[in-house]
Amino acid sequence: MSNGAAVAHDAHAHHPALAHHFESLDAQKEASVLGMWLFLVTEILFFGGALTAYMIYRTWYPDAFAVASSEIAILPGAINTAVLILSSLTMALAVHAAQTGERGKILVFIAITMVLGAAFLGIKAYEYHEKYVEGHIPGLGLPFRFEEEYYRPAQIFFSIYFVLTGLHALHMIIGLGIMTWMLVLTRKGVITPEYYAPIEISGLYWHFVDIVWIFLFPLLYLIGRHVHHVG
Amino acid sequence: MPTNTYLNAATTLKSWLLTRDHKRIALMYIAGITFFFGIGGFFAALIRLELVTPAGDLLTDETYNKVFTMHGVMMVFFVLIPLIPASLGNFLLPLMLGTKDVAFPKLNLLSFYVYLFGSLFTLYAIVAGGLDTGWTFYTPFSTVASTSAVVPAALGIFINGFSSILTGLNFMVTIHKMRAPGLTWFRLPLFVWALYATSLIQVLGTPVVAITIVLVAAERIFGFGLFNPAVGGDPVLFQHLFWFYSHPAVYIMILPAMGVVSEVIAGMARKQIFGYSFVAFSSLGIAIVGFLVWGHHMFVAGQSIYSALVFSVLTFIVAIPSAVKVFNWTATMYKGSISWQTPMIYVAGFIGLFAIGGLTGLFLAAMGLDIHVTDTYFIVAHFHYVMVGGAIMGYMAGIHYWWPKITGRMYNEFLGKVSAAIVFIGFNLTFFPQFIAGYAGMPRRYHAYADAYQVWNVLSSAGASILAVGFTMPLLYLAWSLKNGEIAGDNPWGAVGLEWNTTSPPPTENFHTQPIVTWDAYEYPTPVEGHVV
Amino acid sequence: MRSGTVFFPEVASTMAARVDQLYLFLVGLTAFFTILIFTMFVVFMVKYRRREPNSIGARIHGGMILEVTWSVIPLLIVLGLFVWSAQIFFAFARPPAETLNVYAVGKQWMWKFQHMDGQREINELHVPVGRSVKMIMTSEDVLHDLFFPAFRVKADVIPGRYTHMWFEATKAGTYPLYCAEYCGTKHSGMIGQVVVMEPDDYQAWLTAGAQEGSLASAGEKLFQDLACNTCHRPDAQGRGPVLHNIYGKTVALQSGENVVVDEAYIRESILRPAAKVSAGFQPTMPSFQGLVSEEGVMELIEYVKSLQGPTANQAVRPTTSGPAPNENTPSQAPPTRN
Repeated sequence: MSNGAAVAHDAHAHHPALAHHFESLDAQKEASVLGMWLFLVTEILFFGGALTAYMIYRTWYPDAFAVASSEIAILPGAINTAVLILSSLTMALAVHAAQTGERGKILVFIAITMVLGAAFLGIKAYEYHEKYVEGHIPGLGLPFRFEEEYYRPAQIFFSIYFVLTGLHALHMIIGLGIMTWMLVLTRKGVITPEYYAPIEISGLYWHFVDIVWIFLFPLLYLIGRHVHHVG
Repeated sequence: MPTNTYLNAATTLKSWLLTRDHKRIALMYIAGITFFFGIGGFFAALIRLELVTPAGDLLTDETYNKVFTMHGVMMVFFVLIPLIPASLGNFLLPLMLGTKDVAFPKLNLLSFYVYLFGSLFTLYAIVAGGLDTGWTFYTPFSTVASTSAVVPAALGIFINGFSSILTGLNFMVTIHKMRAPGLTWFRLPLFVWALYATSLIQVLGTPVVAITIVLVAAERIFGFGLFNPAVGGDPVLFQHLFWFYSHPAVYIMILPAMGVVSEVIAGMARKQIFGYSFVAFSSLGIAIVGFLVWGHHMFVAGQSIYSALVFSVLTFIVAIPSAVKVFNWTATMYKGSISWQTPMIYVAGFIGLFAIGGLTGLFLAAMGLDIHVTDTYFIVAHFHYVMVGGAIMGYMAGIHYWWPKITGRMYNEFLGKVSAAIVFIGFNLTFFPQFIAGYAGMPRRYHAYADAYQVWNVLSSAGASILAVGFTMPLLYLAWSLKNGEIAGDNPWGAVGLEWNTTSPPPTENFHTQPIVTWDAYEYPTPVEGHVV
Repeated sequence: MRSGTVFFPEVASTMAARVDQLYLFLVGLTAFFTILIFTMFVVFMVKYRRREPNSIGARIHGGMILEVTWSVIPLLIVLGLFVWSAQIFFAFARPPAETLNVYAVGKQWMWKFQHMDGQREINELHVPVGRSVKMIMTSEDVLHDLFFPAFRVKADVIPGRYTHMWFEATKAGTYPLYCAEYCGTKHSGMIGQVVVMEPDDYQAWLTAGAQEGSLASAGEKLFQDLACNTCHRPDAQGRGPVLHNIYGKTVALQSGENVVVDEAYIRESILRPAAKVSAGFQPTMPSFQGLVSEEGVMELIEYVKSLQGPTANQAVRPTTSGPAPNENTPSQAPPTRN
């Protein structure tokens, strides 16, 4: 065994969070962060597949997509955008608090982040209900109501809308689960200024989910709104 | 045998099921893969039995369709994709890197259970009515026409995808962060380079097939119309998304096998791999260019002739790095000290079969010829030459090469050589006639066929029975060796490489002392002293 | 039925020999490199077999000249193959200017063919020797693929759009046709035969089977039954565009784009009229999706294509891109050769 490695190992041997196969907490954290970034790359490609379908159909049916997207109320979407941006801020503050070791602040900021996340999901549920009332659900055997001219491609638009926002909402729900876990870890005192990687990589995930929404909002709600109904 | 090994460190069932030791996880994968190979092989046997006669007289057409679908699904998703990375890769990567484990051991265990859960889900689809879409799930058949259990099967594949992604991610982080002191990138064994390239494809490609499966499932469960021409959707879009993953997936299967072949040739010839950096970079080249060739699956699907041109030329170009590897392996043999033990015999078989598999790929890259041969048995023969002749032969070579390291024991050398020869002969007899039947016009996925093709089908079925013997033999003599094999010693081949620097089987923490690397890969000192380097 | 030798399907089209040449070249190339590599590998295994248990191989790291050689030579070979195969592909992709058109509709699990003169066939297709035949194909349900091994050609048949392929048969005889894209339970039963006939026999066959009237005349009847003629009037007074002489033209759309009026556009306009509305017209036309079958759409298309020449109700003349017809034709509607 190399002497350097042995010394490094001994120095941190007592820290309970250090896994046996890492030499130091730093090395362990670097690995975790790299792993999370790679995971986010897979997430980009996951959403990317659905966005490819969106792009292709948008080119095929530009008018139908413009008309269909202008059927979606902007206000709830805009509020949700603000809610998520705010939650990213509180998440960043939670990570900062973890770095400085202020446990109370970590708990408060994560709690606020979770409340904002839940608010987002509530507003999303309201929007889905609106779609149901308006007859804009293109499946489940429900009646789909849309002007005759765009009846078919509008179903494609709303299918993509529900797939993308549904997957995003699922990621939010998973995010709330992760945040609950972080609350537990913090309360148990696992999170310290030496070991806050869990909070940091959870934060990366949370920011990523926010960024997905930042793309979805213009793509689904905003683009083509100015195009008035053709004909 | 050493007293302290990963096998005897703890022996309770729980110590296996909840292990975080990459070596034990690798063994569980080997068990799972072998099990699904058996199931997939059983379906293959049914196919070959049915096709002995031109009339569809053994199975009904409906059953036949479900049988070939399940053969494909089992073999592609639950055997070939995890085949080498999850088994040999898991076992060897930390050993080759001189570290104690992969970066995320718990995630590694989770990957295994996700694989198990996903595969059982798909098995459930067989009970729940079977699946008759073909492993390719083409829309709109899979979304609006098929009445079989598409959703459970697709969900199983979706879940299994996470296993593949997490393994790839784990390996990439491990290779970046866990190398032993002194082990620079260009000192890495070529198997590690191959695993890195494979992981890259797993991480970048698998999510795309995952979302594609989600879209198909959304269409079936909710009635959304994403690929449905009835609402203006495009069934061909599915093919683009599907092949964006599923063509690179072929490289997930073959790249690790190429890595194994590099290791075995170097070890068996006791020689540095000729053109190390060319072989290493050709893996990355295949992984990258491999992402740009998916459209060659759609030359007859009505894509524009200009995109067809681009896909064709890139497909021709992706052949070059594979050719470079084969030439470098052959050159490595020159003036080697070549052992004729079982792994080498399997590698020789690999070279012959992979050469045919790779070169017949050119027939399919050639657009004007692809029109005739696509969707015929020519394709079936081609991809079996690559996937069985390439990936599975590579796996067999690797299992035989590292068996003494994994178990600490030797298998029967004579039976090993015989099985390699039987597999080689049986394989050629099974699949070579399919090239000819295909060019003569026999379409794939046919339950009944024209009399003119019978001679090729009879030969093929005869070959399949020989192949079955060839694959059953290792199962028996390897199992037998577990208790009765000769004690292998730490380095039975007299090979170099960190994995040979520890005991066989290795201890749980892999090395008794932390290795520090000061030499290049495959650097043989002269002369070899005894059997230990 | 003729099915060629056990190694090759019958060589029965102008393209078949070209495809076979490329195939045989590649077989030779594959054999050459496989034997070369495998032989070298085995020879090295024998020649450099381990003689002393402890011996090791020679120390050779690599060689740039060799690496370049065995990268560049294969690259040149494959680029040559690319050019060769692309030429064949272009020949397949671009039908000659004058073709005899036949419509094909795939459905689970049968092939339906419609000839211009109105003959309809199921799982059997009659074509003449020595004329380029263009297949215009679609599917009523899932993907299919029409495959003629004797002509070395196949193409996917896709619901919701038209795909095309062409061939020129060179040898009279009966050859198999297959569905080559998996399409469900009876996929392997979705087969039939193509009967290639000498021109005279073909004319006799056409005459014998043409009592139903040409495709265009069937289309004309459908055009009236569906009341298309109330809006699409020949005198520019209707609510829809005049259809005379419209086929092959480029028309301006409301969206500002232009579109060439081809089969695909006419089909789309019948089934999804709102998708591409001609400039100057209101999108008032209802969709005929579900009201008219794929075969009906093909008849309507042929009717529209037949509306060439002076704009007058009686001026239904055949398009004349093909060789002049000289056989007897039903009196009601002149034959269409396109």
